[in-house]
Amino acid sequence: MDLALQLLFTGIGIGAVYALVALGFVLIFRATNVVNFAQGEFSMVAAYLMVVFAVDLGWPYWVSFLCALAGMALLGAIFNLGVYYPLRHRTFLPVIIATIGASILMANSVLAIYGPQPQVLEGWFETPGIQLGPVYLDSQYLLIIAVTCVLVAFNYWFFEHTMVGKKLQATSQDKEMASLLGISVSTMIMITFIYSAVLGGLAGILVAPILFVSIQMGSTIALKAFAATIIGGFGDVTGAIIGGLSLGIIETFGAAYISVPYKDAFAFLVLVLFLVFRPQGIFGERVAEKA
Amino acid sequence: MSASDNMPIAVITPRAKPLLLRHLPYFIGAAIVVALAATMSFDGYILNILMQATTFAIAVFGLSVVLGLCGQINLAQAAFFGFGAYAVGIGTTDFQMSYWLCLLAGCVMALVAGAILGASTLRLGGHYLAMVTISFQQIVTLVMINAIWLTHGPDGVGKIGRPALFQTQQSYLAFCVATLALIGYFVWHLPDTRLGRAMRAVRDNELAAGVAGIDVFRTKVYAFAICAVLGGLGGGLFAGGFAYISPDQFSFAESIVFLTMSLLGGVASPIGSAIGTGLLILIPEWLRFLKSVPGLYLAIYGLSVILIIRFMPDGIWGFVNVATQRWRAKARVHAAGPPLQLAPGKVGGEIVLEVTGLSKYFGGLKAVDNVDIAVRRGGVHALIGPNGSGKTTTLNVLSGLYHATAGKVMLDGTDITDMQPHLRTAAGLGRTFQNIRLFRSMTALENVVIGAERPGNALVDTSEDALTQRAMSALAFVGLGLRANELISCFSYGHQRLIEIARALAANPTLLLLDEPAAGLNSSEKLELHELLKRIAAQGLTILIIDHDMTLVSEAAQHITVLNFGRRIADGESMAVLRHPDVVSAYLGTE
Repeated sequence: MDLALQLLFTGIGIGAVYALVALGFVLIFRATNVVNFAQGEFSMVAAYLMVVFAVDLGWPYWVSFLCALAGMALLGAIFNLGVYYPLRHRTFLPVIIATIGASILMANSVLAIYGPQPQVLEGWFETPGIQLGPVYLDSQYLLIIAVTCVLVAFNYWFFEHTMVGKKLQATSQDKEMASLLGISVSTMIMITFIYSAVLGGLAGILVAPILFVSIQMGSTIALKAFAATIIGGFGDVTGAIIGGLSLGIIETFGAAYISVPYKDAFAFLVLVLFLVFRPQGIFGERVAEKA
Repeated sequence: MSASDNMPIAVITPRAKPLLLRHLPYFIGAAIVVALAATMSFDGYILNILMQATTFAIAVFGLSVVLGLCGQINLAQAAFFGFGAYAVGIGTTDFQMSYWLCLLAGCVMALVAGAILGASTLRLGGHYLAMVTISFQQIVTLVMINAIWLTHGPDGVGKIGRPALFQTQQSYLAFCVATLALIGYFVWHLPDTRLGRAMRAVRDNELAAGVAGIDVFRTKVYAFAICAVLGGLGGGLFAGGFAYISPDQFSFAESIVFLTMSLLGGVASPIGSAIGTGLLILIPEWLRFLKSVPGLYLAIYGLSVILIIRFMPDGIWGFVNVATQRWRAKARVHAAGPPLQLAPGKVGGEIVLEVTGLSKYFGGLKAVDNVDIAVRRGGVHALIGPNGSGKTTTLNVLSGLYHATAGKVMLDGTDITDMQPHLRTAAGLGRTFQNIRLFRSMTALENVVIGAERPGNALVDTSEDALTQRAMSALAFVGLGLRANELISCFSYGHQRLIEIARALAANPTLLLLDEPAAGLNSSEKLELHELLKRIAAQGLTILIIDHDMTLVSEAAQHITVLNFGRRIADGESMAVLRHPDVVSAYLGTE
């Protein structure tokens, strides 16, 4: 029982990271109807930026943190201009392929610069964690959970209660109508990419002290996050969060009770089960194309 | 579009040579290449490069089927390649089995894995497929590394056997080249077969493909399985050629290499695949220094993918193709068919289409609410109503694009309420779309041939000639017989509409659904359409038409059903219905 509680805590912490990346997936999907296959690389690049600023250059943690996020915003903008925007009038297949190309480009550019050796990034806190009854609460996990809660709340406020959020929603629902109403669709899409890149980057920075900072972390996180969006129901924000959390829990328990080397395979199994038995996910997606 | 257009037109008929004879040059060329591969003396380095290019090209051919022909993505081709390679590797060493048996086993494993993967994902959108194939690729890599008892883990498998017949490196290469030539022939010829046409139709427009009688899901699974099996075959040959394999040769990065090869050469054709494979094996050999920095090499691949997609979406071969179009021989000329015969099925009674209590709700919105329609055999029946009255929704429920919330649909004695679109088409339903849905990368003739191929079309056997003739007759019937070989994009909007009607007519349906056929037509085109409807009705084909054009409806239809807010508000003989006070108020408002 104690072990189960401990695993539950760890699972929620890891799941929160998946949820953040999944959120980035969903936002871009809703704005552009395209899945960004480079979403995971945003997390990886941000973690490496942290290594550069905080470890190599020795800047204070919070300065490095802000600079890394600023770097991600810039990367999101470049990504939009270089990869998505020129292809916006094409069908989804070329766009998907281009984002895959971008993901390969980002991962291997970092590899070429930094080499294959995984890097270590210290956590934010000095204290490693606190003991609460039978469960040991690691401070980094606590931070992840706290930041995720804050971001989910922010996300809700931003989309439901600000003008920019409403414009973003309008754009994702009907681009033509939005532009007829005087909303600049290209600006809205730009904001979406920047916001998603920052979200993905945040997830990467948060998870970096738990995992090693490596080239593979992007694709691993992206796969889990994508599985999370399908489990939750594609295109649904709440679904992405619930999907991410459940996947984190399933995976942690699977690794503890079934097999460690195949830990990454559980996400895939759950994904296939959902695709076969409930492809619309927990919260459902509108799939039908209009005739 | 006068009646004389329907007469047989004299078109120069080239004497059709037997297929094998026409393709003889290909086989002679292939035989020469195989002979060269077997006899020329290469040094070991060149031999290795040729071996790699040959086996990789087979796997890339697979991608040209799934991605180029069918428009589905596969990011796990290296995993399927690995299935074949490991089957041959482990089979010929640890299990001491015959090479041939192992090669076969590898292909079967790839086929089964591909079919299962496809069957679980292909009902959904393309991004699911992309992610699932990436995940699958990762899992396969995990197993290759961790299942050491089976795969020897990261150490890989060495001393892999070859068939007794091809023990030397050179003879084995000749064998691989021969296999490549055979597969190349198959992939080159595939687009013109029934299955290949179905794949192209699915790629161009899934909805229309289903309504034209193609089983969309099965076509996609076939394409995916063919791709996987070609991956397995390539991998099996690769293992024999190099005698040593290890997990890193079948990683996600290799899948991306395969994809880049396919995109660079041109995804639509095996020639493009061969060019792309050759280039991407040779270029890195010339630029070996790039390999000294890990990652740089793949980073360039990633960048090339983005640039190719943006600036050269059809690849090198597509580019060459467009540039040389002027000098190449004109497309084949087809003999005009006999005047189009329509022989609508007559199984049931007087009522061809009987809709009872049909409802379709979208959440709380009752788009169609408890509607009854009875369409009599041999007449023109119109379904009218103001905008948003549920007409197109009704049609979409009838043709199976939407699932009915309640109610029953009987077509000529068959209950089609729960059938998928292509099965309804097989049962005798034909339809056109309000916003034209043709297969845009194909010629008019190919579009109509797909219609003629409808399963259950009793008027033609499945021979290629009969299908072509039937399609030519249908095109002549709508007045476009002389432009059969032009691409869809060459036709005006009005003519595209006619091609869509021809596609439906070629299938010899029992009931033809026309969704706003007059929308967007000018007045002379409308007159022609009216003529056409008369000629169709004269052959005894029942038509259910939706339109806003009251002149067309009142002149063409004998019977009218009126919908408003999803409910039936009037039904009966046309003149009486049009004078019905509820109908007048629905259209013009009440005072």
